[in-house]
Amino acid sequence: MEKANEVTLVFDSRPVNEALARITAASFCTQLNPTLEEVADLKTAVSEAVTNSIIHAYEGEIHKIEMKLCITGQEIYVEITDHGKGIPDIQKAMEPMYTTKADTDRSGMGFTFMEAFMDDLKVESQVGAGTRVRMKKLIGR
Amino acid sequence: MNELFEFKDAILTVHLPQDLDHPQSDWIRKETDRIMSRTYVKRIVFDFENTEFMDSSGIGLIMGRYRALGMGQKCIMAVNTGSHIDKLLHLSGVHRYMEIQRAEEEGEDYGKSK
Repeated sequence: MEKANEVTLVFDSRPVNEALARITAASFCTQLNPTLEEVADLKTAVSEAVTNSIIHAYEGEIHKIEMKLCITGQEIYVEITDHGKGIPDIQKAMEPMYTTKADTDRSGMGFTFMEAFMDDLKVESQVGAGTRVRMKKLIGR
Repeated sequence: MNELFEFKDAILTVHLPQDLDHPQSDWIRKETDRIMSRTYVKRIVFDFENTEFMDSSGIGLIMGRYRALGMGQKCIMAVNTGSHIDKLLHLSGVHRYMEIQRAEEEGEDYGKSK
């Protein structure tokens, strides 16, 4: 498949970098002339995935998160990878309102938002090895 | 009290920041809890006037304050919500627990200003 444009960003799992990641994705996406709503959807989805890596995968420890962005035609592909503790039960984790961290007011809506705002969501995870979230969104449908 | 927080007649108004993400939600949660530990708060009004971005961390913040206030009717409220914020409030289901006053849409007040 022809790849029109690609970016990879590797950053520390610090909460302040959540904004960096979503702004990078939003800015990269502008070449597809997205609507404001499409940009907001993409930013929220990226923010959810990165926040998951920071809070759940690394649990506050500082390690690397990798975000890969790729544009093919009118579609943006986002891949977010961490090498954290992994998700034992992905199906359970993806249930709306399910959270392991209710005490810190996590809503359990992260995966639900990613699913709602992107056209395709795939989650691969291995306990003790890490998690990779892959999402796609068609811009300007 | 920080300028983001306004307290009058047991009603706490939180003027939310531009980005209501994980770090900002954490900070506001702590600050709100601190105020609530010192004073009786009957109701919290979340003002989204300046808010352009929110993710599920913001939903967690709202749900958590709803629980902290005893989950009573009308104990939480959202005002000046734009379309993105409104979408998240509905998608997450929190709209069922709160009154939402949307920001006036452009054009909706057409004629009023004349």
